[in-house]
Amino acid sequence: MAAKASRAAFGEALIELGAKDQRIVTLDADLSKSTMTAGFAKKYPGRAFNLGIAESGMIGVAAGLALAGHVPFACSFACFLVGRFETIRVSVAYSDAPVKLVGTHVGVAIGEDGYTQMGLEDIACLRSLPNIPIIQPADELETKQAVAYAVEHPGPLYLRLTRQNLEPVHDVAYRFQFGRADVLRPGHDVTLLATGGPVWNALEAAKKLAAEGIQAEVINVATIKPLDEETILRSAGRTGHVMTVEDHSIHGGLGSAVAELLGEVMPTPMKRIGVATFGESGDYKGLYAKHGLDADGIAAAARKFLSR
Amino acid sequence: MANPDLAKLESIAREGRVQIIRMLTHAGSGHPGGSLSVIDILTTLFFNRMRYDPKRPGWEDRDRFVLSKGHCVPAQYYCMARAGYFPMDRLITLRKLGSALQGHPDRVMLPGIEAATGSLGQGLSVAMGMALGLKLGGKGARVYCVMGDGESQEGQVWESLMSAPKLGAPDHHLDNLCVILDYNGIQLDNFVKKILDLEPVTDKLKAFGWPVLEVNGHDIAQVDKALDQAEATKGGPTFIVAHTVKGKGVSFMENEPEWHGKAPKPEEAVRAIQEIVGSPVPAWAEPIIAELSALGKK
Repeated sequence: MAAKASRAAFGEALIELGAKDQRIVTLDADLSKSTMTAGFAKKYPGRAFNLGIAESGMIGVAAGLALAGHVPFACSFACFLVGRFETIRVSVAYSDAPVKLVGTHVGVAIGEDGYTQMGLEDIACLRSLPNIPIIQPADELETKQAVAYAVEHPGPLYLRLTRQNLEPVHDVAYRFQFGRADVLRPGHDVTLLATGGPVWNALEAAKKLAAEGIQAEVINVATIKPLDEETILRSAGRTGHVMTVEDHSIHGGLGSAVAELLGEVMPTPMKRIGVATFGESGDYKGLYAKHGLDADGIAAAARKFLSR
Repeated sequence: MANPDLAKLESIAREGRVQIIRMLTHAGSGHPGGSLSVIDILTTLFFNRMRYDPKRPGWEDRDRFVLSKGHCVPAQYYCMARAGYFPMDRLITLRKLGSALQGHPDRVMLPGIEAATGSLGQGLSVAMGMALGLKLGGKGARVYCVMGDGESQEGQVWESLMSAPKLGAPDHHLDNLCVILDYNGIQLDNFVKKILDLEPVTDKLKAFGWPVLEVNGHDIAQVDKALDQAEATKGGPTFIVAHTVKGKGVSFMENEPEWHGKAPKPEEAVRAIQEIVGSPVPAWAEPIIAELSALGKK
């Protein structure tokens, strides 16, 4: 499989799933060409609704559709979608309306558009709602399976998707399981828990570290909520050192979720890699290097962490 | 519906006013003004309009009701109890720990509530989604959304007002949706006019593409007739501007902003109920008056 953006894999999966499941409808707020639902809209025009640049209204309409028995995918850039938190909080979460929220263009990886378009706080916000699971797939294969899962999930759910292409990190035999993290590379010196865009970089960092005799265990945390506590605790118990890697605010994302788990159950030294500032315009690779999210940055952080 | 039994509906609404006062007095908090302004509209909807089955709240073909102004849910709780969703004696559990009668409507806890509301300005969008979903599913059921005037200051309301007349076109127009504005003119802080005026609201709605009907929201015959007209209107949703009086039926609450969100004390409740039922006090109201008088002596 070639590298592909998870938003593109999502768009393809939706067209395929839409053929057999008439309940699936899409809602957009003038970004369907970017969220990649435009293909679905072209194929099934009667089941695609563009509500205009009016995300709150879109989310509310999605809630009503869900409560009337449909499977609505409400899509926008993650920052604009989750920015309408109050509508998600009441009309989706509290009403338990099985809306599939899809936030694309996550993280500093979107690059040149700069901070206002970067989804950097979405996990933090949605993690505070009791009934919204958060899934961030790491490659095309996983994305397509996660979208299929989202259709069947009985409640609301959030899918976090990238603008940038993602290198495949899974073997074709891989099967996404909701709530399960998967060990991509075993190791015993340090645990690298990564999600989304930087998962590939974590694997590359592990290769660099291996050359220096450091065996990093790389785990892809596709389901950020609920967290796969068993897999994480097992690895942390073995390595005694846990790092998290995510293209999201350092506050409230995967790193925080893991810190909460370890702090309560098995205090373990931790290092969180994420975005600690506002984002800015720039090229994707340059931004990943700046925030320590590329392979060199992850490897350097691991060395420093282990040599404390 | 043709020839509504006005005397019966008015008597249901009158008892509703009494039960609203009773519920809020027991709860010690809540929103009497808007509950009293909307009760005649809700009475018409629940007892002369909507198709539903309290024994099967999930019945797919039921008409849907969304109270976007969720803080006035005591009026809806009364209608639901009276319709048979739950026993009348549960009304006084309003706002108490463990009760499904939450301060603002909870869809999960109370079967029959169609959407959680109370964070203002959201109900119309949700009602639109329901109406669209019913159309897509080939269902003939209708959706009624009751909004407040104060909440119509929310941006999300205008997003929805802009989009609803054309949503679903060309095959699934939302002519199964009817929106009713409980236009009582008062919000929490003051008169709507003094905070952020909606006027000219009818012109604004028409400019957005809505057919608009104006009624006296306390005249059940007028409300019912407008609902008939809405049901007969094809090709898009209908908006009914219902002119109402905040606190209607209790002279000391009428048109008084302070009664937006304040529960009556037991002695005030007794006075209010005596005024609502008139003299002589009907037999059904006597135990309620006695109960509230006793509450005042505690």
